[in-house]
Amino acid sequence: MSEQTAPPPPAARAPAPDDDTPLLARNPVVSWVWTNFFSTPLNIALTVISVWFIWSVGSAFLEWAVFNGVLFADSRAHCREIVEHGACWAVVSSRIDSFLYGLYPPAQHWRINITFLLLVAALVPVLWDTMPHRKRALLYSAFVFPVLAVWLLVGGLGLEPVSTKKFSGFMLTLVIGVTGITLSLPLGILLALARRSSLPVLRILSVVFIEFIRGVPLITLLFIASVLLSYFLPPGASFDLIIRVLIMVTLFASAYMAEVIRGGFQSIPAGQYEAAQALGLGYWRSLQKVILPQVLKVSIPGIVNSFIGLYKDTTLVIIIGLFDPLGIGRSLLSDAAWAGLSAEVYLFVALFYFCSCFAMSRYSLYVERKLERGQSHDR
Amino acid sequence: MNDHAPAGPAVPAAAPSDADADAQMIIRLADVHKWFGKFHVLRGINMDVRRGERFVICGPSGSGKSTLIRCINRLEEHQRGDIIVDGIPLTNDLKNINEIRREVGMVFQSFNLFPHLTVLENCTLAPIWVRKQSQKESEEVAMSFLERVRIPEQARKYPGQLSGGQQQRAAIARSLCMNPKVMLFDEPTSALDPEMISEVLDVMVELAESGGMTMLCVTHEMGFARRVAHKVIFMDGGEIVEENEPEEFFNNPQRERTKTFLRQILHH
Ligand SMILES: Nc1ncnc2c1ncn2[C@@H]1O[C@H](COP(=O)(O)OP(=O)(O)OP(=O)(O)O)[C@@H](O)[C@H]1O
Ligand SMILES: [Mg+2]
Repeated sequence: MSEQTAPPPPAARAPAPDDDTPLLARNPVVSWVWTNFFSTPLNIALTVISVWFIWSVGSAFLEWAVFNGVLFADSRAHCREIVEHGACWAVVSSRIDSFLYGLYPPAQHWRINITFLLLVAALVPVLWDTMPHRKRALLYSAFVFPVLAVWLLVGGLGLEPVSTKKFSGFMLTLVIGVTGITLSLPLGILLALARRSSLPVLRILSVVFIEFIRGVPLITLLFIASVLLSYFLPPGASFDLIIRVLIMVTLFASAYMAEVIRGGFQSIPAGQYEAAQALGLGYWRSLQKVILPQVLKVSIPGIVNSFIGLYKDTTLVIIIGLFDPLGIGRSLLSDAAWAGLSAEVYLFVALFYFCSCFAMSRYSLYVERKLERGQSHDR
Repeated sequence: MNDHAPAGPAVPAAAPSDADADAQMIIRLADVHKWFGKFHVLRGINMDVRRGERFVICGPSGSGKSTLIRCINRLEEHQRGDIIVDGIPLTNDLKNINEIRREVGMVFQSFNLFPHLTVLENCTLAPIWVRKQSQKESEEVAMSFLERVRIPEQARKYPGQLSGGQQQRAAIARSLCMNPKVMLFDEPTSALDPEMISEVLDVMVELAESGGMTMLCVTHEMGFARRVAHKVIFMDGGEIVEENEPEEFFNNPQRERTKTFLRQILHH
C-alpha cells in the first residue's frame, strides 16, 4: 500500500523538477525508484550490493534449476549425459507416483484421486461462505465426506481392502493434516471452554491435559503412540498405527488450539456476555451466536498458525516408520539409479509443503480482510 | 421499609386486596442484600414497582445503583432477601432466570451491541432463538422498532459504523424487539457525547409516554426524571435513602444526603 501512496510526495520533493531536469526524472515511476533506491550514497551502496548479491545467487540457482534443469530422464547418469551440471528433476518426474501415492497399490490409485476430488468438493462450502445452499453442503463436508473417504481409502464393502501401512506420500500428509486440522479446532474450543468453566473438575482436567501435551515434544507423543499404547490396551485389541498417530497429532494440535482460543475468549468484553444473557439467550446459544464468532475472528491468525504447524509436523511420522513425502524422497535416494540427487528431492518436498502452507496463510489473510471490511472500526 | 417514608397511595391501596395488589406488582424487592466478597453493596433494599410505573434511580458513584438493577435480571446474584419479577421468584433455578430475562429488557451504558452482526441481526437474534419467531416476522418487528428509534436506514450496517447515539438507539430497539414487560436502563446516556444525549433521551421519553412499559432507569438526567418518572429513588451506600414523586423529590428533599447530592449534580 505504502508503495502506491508514496509517489506523489516524493515527486514533489524530487531533486529539482525544474526545466533543466531530464524528462525521465519527472516520470513518477522513475522518481519512486530514485527516492527508494538511490536517494543517498548509503542507499546507493546498499542497492548495488543487494542487487549484486541477488543476481549472483539467483542467477546461479536459475541456471542450475531452470536453464540446465532436466525434466525427463531414466537415471541420474542419463541426466548427466544430457547436461553435465544441472538439476536432474527427472528424479521427481519419473517417480511422481511414489511422491503422490506412496506405497498404495498402483491399481487402486484411482481411489485416492476420487477421495481427493471429494475433499476439494467438501472444502468448497467451508471456504466459500456465500455459497447457495451452504448449510446442506456443509452437512456433506462434515458427515458424508469423512465416511466416503474412509471407505475409499481403507476399502472393504466391495472395495479391495488396503492396509493402512501402505498409506504414504502426499496422500499420508493430507490424511493426517486434514484430520488433525478438522478435529483440533472443535476439540480446542471444548478444551478452552472447559478451562474457563466454573466447574473445578472440568477446569483441572483441561489444565492438566493442556499442560501435559504442551510439555511433551510431538515426537515423544508419536513414540508413545507407536509403542506404549499397545501395552495399555487389552491384548488382541490391535489399534491401527495410523489411528494412533491421528489421535496423537490431533490431541497435540488441540492443546495449542485451546490456548489460542482461550486468548480469543479473553479479548471479548464482559458486556457481550451480559447483553446476550439479558436477552434471554442460554449459555450454548449465546456461545454459538454471539461469543464464538467474535472469538474465532480475533483468533484467525493463531488458528491458522496452529494449522500450519500441524501440517508441517506431519513430516515427523517418518520417525515411527511411516513414509511421508520426505520419507519417500529419502527412500528414492537410496535407489542406485537416483542416488546423490538429494538437493532436487528435498527442494521438491519443500516446495510442496510451502505451497500448501502459503495457500493456508493467504486464505486466512483474505478472511481477515473480509471480516475487517464488513465491520470497519468496530468496538 | 421504615427507612423511606412511603409516599403516595402505594401502601394504603395495597391493604384492601392483596391478590389485586400482587397482580398489579411487577417487581418486588424485599430486604435484598448483596456482598462483593466482604463488601456489602446492597443493604436491605425494599422496592415495589407496579405495572407501567417508571422509576428513576440516582445516587453518587459506587452507591450500588447498577448492582441493584443488575440483580433484577440476575446479571448479579443477590445473597439475601427476595426478588420477584412478574410473579416469578428469582432463585438459582435456571428456568426461572431465563423466564425473567425474556420479560426484562436491559440497556447498558456501553451499548454492548454485537459487533459481528448488523443492526438488524442484533435485533432479530433473540426473537428468533429465544422467542422462536420466524426470520421474516422478527425482521418486520425489528424494522418497526428501528423506525421508532429513528434509525431504519442503519439496519444493514454494523454497529462499528454507527455513531454512539445511533448505537444506543439500536440497543434500545434490540431490547424492545423481545417485547419485554420491563425495561432496565443503566446510565444509557453517560457514555455519549453531549450532542447525542438528547436523541437517546427523546427516544426514551417517547417510549415512556406511549405508556404501558415499566421502566427502571439509572440516570442523572434530571430533566428526564421530572418529565417521565413516577418516582425518583435516591441511593447512597447501598441503601435507598429517599424516594418520592419527582416534584417533591427535587423541590423538597427530606434527607441531608439527598440535598447535598442534588446540589452537586445541579451545579454541573
Ligand atoms: N464485580 C464486582 N466485584 C467487586 N466489587 C464490585 C463489583 N461491581 C461493583 N463493585 C463495587 O460495588 C460498588 C457499587 O457498584 P455499582 O456499579 O453498583 O455502583 P453505581 O452506583 O452503579 O456507580 P456508578 O455511578 O459509578 O455506575 C462499587 O463500590 C463497586 O466498586
Ligand atoms: Mg453504575
